[in-house]
Amino acid sequence: MIVKDRLWALRWSRTAAFALCVAVSNLAIAGFPTAASAQDSPAPSTSVTPAAEKLNVPILYAREIRDVPLPLSLLDIPPPDDGLAGGKLAISDNNTTGRFLNQEFKLETVENAKPDALIADVLAKVALGTSFIVVDASADTLLALADALKDKDALLLNAGAPDDRLREEQCRANVMHVAPSRAMLTDALGQYLVWKKWTKWFLVSGTRPEDKAYADELKRTAKRFGATIVEERVFLNDTGSRRTDGGHEQIQQQIPTFTQAAKPHDVVLVADEGGQFGEYFPYRTWDARPVAGTAGLVATPWHPALELWGGTQFQNRFRRMNNRIMRPLDYNVWLALRAVGEASTRKRTGNIKELVTYMRSKDFELAAFKGVKTTFREWNGQLRQPLLLTTPKLLVSVSPQPQFLHQFSELDTLGYDKPETKCKAYLTK
Amino acid sequence: MKRVSTLLMSLLASSIVAGAATQAHAYRVFVSNEKDNTITVIDSEKLEVIKTIKVGQRPRGIALTRDNKRLLVCASDDHTIQVFDATTYEYIRNLPSGSDPELLAVHPSGNPIYVANEDDNLVTVVDIEKGAVITEIPVGVEPEGMGISPDGKVLVNTSETTNMAHFIDTATMKTFDNVLVDNRPRVAEFSPDGKQLWVSAEIGGTITVIDPATRKLIGKVNFDIPGVTKDAIQPVGVRIAKNGKLAFAALGPANRVAVIDTATLKVEKYLLVGQRVWNLAFSPDEQMLFTTNGTSNDVSVVDVPNLKVIKSIRVGQLPWGVVVAPN
Repeated sequence: MIVKDRLWALRWSRTAAFALCVAVSNLAIAGFPTAASAQDSPAPSTSVTPAAEKLNVPILYAREIRDVPLPLSLLDIPPPDDGLAGGKLAISDNNTTGRFLNQEFKLETVENAKPDALIADVLAKVALGTSFIVVDASADTLLALADALKDKDALLLNAGAPDDRLREEQCRANVMHVAPSRAMLTDALGQYLVWKKWTKWFLVSGTRPEDKAYADELKRTAKRFGATIVEERVFLNDTGSRRTDGGHEQIQQQIPTFTQAAKPHDVVLVADEGGQFGEYFPYRTWDARPVAGTAGLVATPWHPALELWGGTQFQNRFRRMNNRIMRPLDYNVWLALRAVGEASTRKRTGNIKELVTYMRSKDFELAAFKGVKTTFREWNGQLRQPLLLTTPKLLVSVSPQPQFLHQFSELDTLGYDKPETKCKAYLTK
Repeated sequence: MKRVSTLLMSLLASSIVAGAATQAHAYRVFVSNEKDNTITVIDSEKLEVIKTIKVGQRPRGIALTRDNKRLLVCASDDHTIQVFDATTYEYIRNLPSGSDPELLAVHPSGNPIYVANEDDNLVTVVDIEKGAVITEIPVGVEPEGMGISPDGKVLVNTSETTNMAHFIDTATMKTFDNVLVDNRPRVAEFSPDGKQLWVSAEIGGTITVIDPATRKLIGKVNFDIPGVTKDAIQPVGVRIAKNGKLAFAALGPANRVAVIDTATLKVEKYLLVGQRVWNLAFSPDEQMLFTTNGTSNDVSVVDVPNLKVIKSIRVGQLPWGVVVAPN
C-alpha cells in the first residue's frame, strides 16, 4: 500500500513537472499572461502569424492486412479503404487549418500481411523523417512495432486494437491509444444495462480467443457495476460456408434450442468478436429478451447515423469525400490524425518531443464530435472518450451514464482506472 | 474569490435599463425551432405564444433586417434563407445562401448579409436587394459564429473544428487576420462600443475576449459551478448590454446563463434556466433577456434589472435561435 502511494506520489510529481514545463513553454510561445499579471506585461497578440518557413508534417498510416472472417451480414463487409478514408478526411481538415499557419500535413500508407515486412516499411519511413504513425494492426504486431521503434523519435497511435493488455501490463511509452479498449466498451454497455435495471445477464461466448477476451471483460464489468451473470454457455460453431443459398430454417431451430432453459435473465449478451453467431440471436432466443454485446445493442466509438454535437456536418464531409458512410475504424484514424493536427496547431512545431509532451499533458484537449473534450490518460496514453450504445440504425444512449461518479473525470469510469493500472512504461518517460 | 454585493449587482443590472420607458412594452420574440421546422412568436408583455410560423427544414440562425420589417431564417436543410414579413408573418421569398446555412449576420447598413455555410467551410456574402450571391470567402472547418462590428467594417467568423476566429474586412471581403481560440468556438459577439470581441468555446469551456483593433488578448472568462461537472459547462451564445457593463453567456448543458462583469471578466451570478441553453437575446429596452433551452423545448425569460428568471414559455422542439423585434 505504502509502495503504491510512493509510486503515485512520484507519478504525480512527474506529471506536475511535465505540466509545469508545458505551462512555461506555453507562456514562452504564446505569451498568454494569467489574469493576475495582465497589468504587468503588454497584452499579447492572439493572431496566428503563418510560420515564415512551411512546416511539413508527414504522417504514416500502417495497416496490417489480416484474414478477417466474412461477416454474417452483407452490410458488414469492410470496404477496402476502411480506416484510410478517415485518414483522408483528417488530413484535409488539418490542412484547412494548416493553411492559416503555413503547415502542411501529408499522409502516406504502408500495408502488409507479413508483420516483419510491415515493420521494415515503417522503419524505412521513420528513417526518412516521419515521426507519427497511426496503426491498424493486431496487438502482437503493434507491440513488435513499438519495440522496433523503441530508440527512435516516433509515436504510434493505436487506432484498431482493443486489447486491454496493450494499455496495462504491455503498455509502451511510444504508444498512445485512440481506439477504446475492450474493457471501456463492456463498461459502457454494462453501465447502460445497470441503469435500465437489466442486471441479470445470460452470457453466450464464442470459442475464439477474442471472444473469450470480450466475455472476460463483461464479467469484470458485471462485478464492477453490480450485474449478475446468471447463465453462461459457449456456442460451439462449425462455420462451414458463411453464406448459403438457404438454411434460415435451421438457424430458426438452432438458436431457440441453444438458448432454452436458461435461468431467468433480463438480457442475452453475446461475446462474439469473430462474428460467427451473434447476429443470429436477436428475435430468435428462447425467451423474449433483448440481445446486447457484440451484436444487438453494441458499444462503439462511432456510428454512421450519429448527428448530435455537430455530427451531421462531419458525416456529410466524410460521405462527400469517400462516397460511403463513416465506420468506427475510420473515426479512430480521423481522431488520431486530428490529435497530431491539433497539437501542431497549438504548439506551432513539428518537433515530436514537444508535441508528445503536449499531447500527454493536462493542457491537451481534442474535440471529437461527442459533446465533451477528449484527453489522453496520463498513466497509459489511452484517450478518454464517451462511447456510444447503438442499434445498427440509431443511437440508443451514450456512456458514461449519468450518476456514475468519479473523482477526476466521469470518462474514467470506463475501462481500467488509474489506481488499478498495471502500466509501468509511462512512469519512466 | 471576490464577492460583489447583491446591491452592487442590482445597481449594475438596473443601470442597463436606466432611462428606459417605465411602462411594459409588447415586443415580439421570434424563436426558431430546429426540429419542428417552425418559428414561435412570443408577446413579451403577456409572455405568451401568439403565433407559430411554418418555415423550411431545420431552421437555425434567424435575424431581422435592419428596418425590422423582415425576418430572415436560415433553413439549413433546404440550403436557403427564407424571408418572412415580420408583422404579418407571410412568406415573401427565398434568398440564396450557399449550402447548409447555419447563422447569418446583417450589415449595419442593412445590406449585404453574411452567411456561415457549415458544410462547406465558407462564408457567403449575399446582396439582399438583388437576391444574389456577391462572393464566397474561404474560412476554416465548420464555420458558425458571425459577429459584425457596430461600424460594419469587420466581420468575424468562427470555425468550429479549426478553432479559429477569422477577421474579415467587409470592404475587400477577404480575411485579414486569424486568431486561434479554445476548442469548438461557436459565437463571435462584438461589444456595443466595438472595443471588445467575445468568442465562446463550447468544448474548451471558456470565452476569449479579444481587442478587435489589435487582436490582442484582453482576457478569458472561466466558469465554475458547484455541483456541475466541468464538461457540462459549454458556452455558446453571448450578449453584451448596451452600456457594456454586463455580459450574459448561455452555458449549454450546464443549464445556466452566466452573468459576467465585463470589467473583471468574472462571473457574478449563474441563472438557472432550461436545458441545453444555447442562444439568447435582449428585448430592445434590455429589461428582459430571452434564452433558448434546446432540450427542454422552452424559452426562459430573465428579468434583467433584478437578475431573476421569471418564467419559462413552452415553444417548439429544439429551440435554437432567438431575436426580438422592437414592435
